[in-house]
Parts: sequence; structure tokens; C-alpha cells
Amino acid sequence: MDETKTTPFGIFWHKFKKRKTAMVAGVFILLLVFTAVFAPWIAPDDPYEVDYALSMEPPSAAHLCGTDVFGRDILSRIIYGARISLAVGLTSVVIGAVVGVALGLISGFFGGFLDGLIMRTSDVLFAFPGILLAIAIVAVLGPGLINVVVAVSVFSMPTFARIVRGSTLTLKESLYVKAAKSTGASRRRIMFVHIMPGTLSGAIVYFTMRIGTSIITASSLSFLGLGAQPPTPEWGAMLAESRDYIGVADHMTLFPGIAIFLTVLFFNLFGDGLRAALDPKVK
Amino acid sequence: MLKYFIKRLINIIPVLLVVSILAFAFVHLLPGDPARMMAGEDADPATVEMLRQELGLNDPLPVQYFTYMGKVLTGDLGKSLRTDLPVYDEIALRYGPTMYLAMAGLLWSVLIGVFAGAVAAIYSGKWQDYTAMFVSVSGISIPQFWLGLLLIQLFAVYLGWLPVAGYTGKLSELVLPSITLGAMVAAIMARFTLSAFLDVLDEEYISTARAKGVRESIVMWKHAFRNALIPVITMIGLQFGFLLGGSVVVETVFAWPGLGRYMIEAVAVRDYPVLQALLLLYSFHFVFINLVVDMVYAVINPEIRYD
Repeated sequence: MDETKTTPFGIFWHKFKKRKTAMVAGVFILLLVFTAVFAPWIAPDDPYEVDYALSMEPPSAAHLCGTDVFGRDILSRIIYGARISLAVGLTSVVIGAVVGVALGLISGFFGGFLDGLIMRTSDVLFAFPGILLAIAIVAVLGPGLINVVVAVSVFSMPTFARIVRGSTLTLKESLYVKAAKSTGASRRRIMFVHIMPGTLSGAIVYFTMRIGTSIITASSLSFLGLGAQPPTPEWGAMLAESRDYIGVADHMTLFPGIAIFLTVLFFNLFGDGLRAALDPKVK
Repeated sequence: MLKYFIKRLINIIPVLLVVSILAFAFVHLLPGDPARMMAGEDADPATVEMLRQELGLNDPLPVQYFTYMGKVLTGDLGKSLRTDLPVYDEIALRYGPTMYLAMAGLLWSVLIGVFAGAVAAIYSGKWQDYTAMFVSVSGISIPQFWLGLLLIQLFAVYLGWLPVAGYTGKLSELVLPSITLGAMVAAIMARFTLSAFLDVLDEEYISTARAKGVRESIVMWKHAFRNALIPVITMIGLQFGFLLGGSVVVETVFAWPGLGRYMIEAVAVRDYPVLQALLLLYSFHFVFINLVVDMVYAVINPEIRYD
């Protein structure tokens, strides 16, 4: 047997690299990260430079994605916008996932009072779904991207907690966990070695899908005027500016939307690949 | 079962309590003096003091909370700062359009999503599977407001088949907003149904059914599909909440006179009594949706023990 296929990572990598779409998506994400980091060197123009003589120019050799109302180069603005979307998406999901998984595991494993407390709290958080919670927080703290990150993290937590709690409850009753118990494994060992890995595949799939959703939520808030403020080159904010020119300058609606769509799409495809590679049932 | 229902009903009391306290606290969480905030930057001290009296802000907090809840329970949600009309009336006016839109979105998206997911599972690895999952992953990835703008661009501006936006009660006006609102839910339902279905297909009773010679179509639709629906039904409940949240964006894009657009308007002009009432209203909806989902889950899934 090939030695690289015996370690957990070896098995994962062997399965993951067979997923062509996920590999392509991974490469795209790396490129996107590269673009975001080196935006000042990659962007052809200054994303803030106003030139009324060039207002709403259609795509051309000089401006590949055309210009907006203020004559700013849309491609450059999209490139700078990648920084904002990636930062907001990743930060908020990492915070939400770490807290949510821990809470779900504790809740499902120990049950009783802790379970009740965590699940009732998550019921309350569920009572303020995603974008509504974000809007409430923005209403209190004022518009801005940091507040959007806070809101998106908070509303990711209960779903992570619920998913992990659900699979913890199922796994607790499974034969192999009972077997581990009967051999005298400690509670901590059962929780982290036997149960947690089984809950993670669900959490990881949700994690990658969540990055996409967070990017969409953040850009929706900017679209509604509650997140990034003009003249910030945020993709949602750019689409808000394009709204009044539908049928006049369609390229303004087209390109920022494609940027959001492709970014989220590739995160989701990457997530699908991860899921397949992490699922022990998939060969 | 009855014991579980009663227990679950009792369980929502603390949730409702916390939600109502949060909604009450909302005004107090605002930075600075709520009365001054509501009166506006350049209001004179007398006006601010009058508003403070009117809002009962000089009373101790617990007294304020009970006064507030007493008012809420009798349908008094305060007055809108912008229009000076009762918030209750303003909300009642917009409740119907939002529910109408959300229900339409939920209906088509669940039907199409569950069907597409089941087809993808049954034809696993064939073109039907790939097509359904490609469309579905695209549906999850497309931002609602962009989809809305594109649909307006194509069907309203260029083809002229459907109205750009608005709400006068015509069915044609419902088409684009409900497609926009439901697209992501349909995609989520398709993916979720597929994975639930595939999980079920691994079960031993499926092998047993096949081994004893049950026809494949019966195995799929009777044995597998019905069991796959258990987690799917839970998901439908959660998606309804998602739709109400999504209506904020979709109503703004399509100028739909519902609660979502009202909420954005209220944030923009800092109409806090309206926001407070909307938060309370939405929260109560979601608490009850969760309750119903849990109960339905208990009824259809005898495997889960609640003790």
C-alpha cells in the first residue's frame, strides 16, 4: 500500500485531489487571496480616482470592466473590493465556528442544565436571523464593516452549535462509542477522539458554505447602505450605485455581481470537495 | 409525546422572556440618551424632557419593562417618530405583503428544491445529478440583490414581460420577487435533500428491502424518500426564517411595501420605536417556528428520545 495513503492527511489528500472542480476552486481562491494581498500592484488604476469625463464608459481596452458614474475604473475597484470581502468573510466565520463547535459539543455531550442553557440561548439567537440581527446591531452601533463582522459571527454560532450537538447526540448512542466506554476510555477521550471527529464533517461543510454566505450577507448590508460606505470599493456598495442605471450602463451591474458570485461559488465548490474528502463513507 | 410537547411549550417561556427583554433593552443599548437620540440632535431641552416623560424613561428599569410589556400585550407598540402614526397600524399595513411574498417563495422553492435533490440522489452520478447540483450550487452562490437586478434587467427592462417593481396586487408582480427570494432556499433544499437521501440509502433497511426483491422505484420513493424527509422538514422551518430575513433585501430591490423594506427605512431615519417593534415581532415568529419544527420532528421521528 502507498505510504502516503495511510496517514489521515494522506487519505484526505488522495481523495481531495480526485475532485477536479474543488481543485480548480482552490486554485481560484488562492489567486483571489493573492489579488487581494497585492491589489496595489495588480490594479491598473486608482480605485478612488474620479474623472467625470469618463463617466459610465462601457468596457474598453483602457478600462476592461468599464467605468462607473464617477468615471472610476470598475476593474480596479473590484480588485480592491476582494480585500474587503475576503477579510470580512473569513474573520466572521472563524469566530463563529470556534465558539459554535465548542458549545455544540458541550451541549450534546453533557446534556442537562448546560444543554438547556446553550440551546435556549441559541434559540434566542435564532430568533434574530442573519441579516436581521446584523441590521439590529448596525442600528445600535452605527453602520460599518466591523459591526457587520460582529453580527455575522454571532449569527453563525447557533447553527454550528446545533449541527454539532445533533451529531454528538447520535454518535453518543452509536455502537463504537459504547464500545469505547466499555473499555474504560475517559470522558475527555470519548468527547474529543471518538465523537468530535464525527461531528466535524458536518461542521466543515457548513464552515465553507458559511464563508460564502457571510460574504453575501456583508455585501447585502453594504448594498442596503449599512455596511461599507462610499467611496469604499465594496462589491455590494458598487451594485447599490449601479441600481439607478439599469438599462443605461449595464456593465456597472454586471461585473461587481460576477465578482461576488464567482467568489462565493468557488468557496462553495471547495467546500463540497472538502466534504467528500472528509466523509469516511466516500472512497 | 404529550409530556415532551408540554415541556417544549414551557421551554419557550424563558426564550420569549429573554427576547422581550432584549427588544426592551434595544432602546437602552443605544449610545447616549434615548430621548435625545429620538428627539434629534438640535431639539431643545424642553422637548427632550417631554419625550422622556412620555417614554417613561425616568421610571426605574423594571417598572419601564412591565409598562412596556403591558402596552405590547394590548397592541400598543408606540408611535413612529417619522410619521407620528401608531407603529401597530404601520406594521399591520405591511405584514400581509411580506407574508404573501415569503409564502410564495417558500412554496415553489421547497417543491422544486426537494424534487431536484431527490432526483439527484436517485440518479446519483448521472447527468441529472450533475445538472441539479450545478444549478443548486449556483443558486447558493448568487447574491439575492444581484439576481434581482439581473431579472429586472432581462424580464422587465429588455423583454418587458413583467413589471420592474411595485405592488398593486397583480400576480405578475409576484413573479420576479418570489423567484429572487426563493432561489437560494430552493438550492439549499436541493443540496440538503440530496445528502439526507444519500444517508438513508446507506441504511440496512434499504439493503433489506432490495434483498427481498422490492422494486427499485418503491425502495426509492417509499423507503428512502420518506425517511429522508425527516431532516428535510426541520430544514423547511429554518428556511422560513431565512426567507423573512431575505425579504429585507428583496423588498428593497423590488420596492415591495413589506416589513423588510420598512425596517431598512426605519434604520435610515433612526425610527427606534418601529425597529423595536419589528425586532419583537420577528423574534416571536422565529421562536414559534422553531417550536413547531421541533414538535413536527418529534412526531415524525420516533427514533429520537426526549427524556
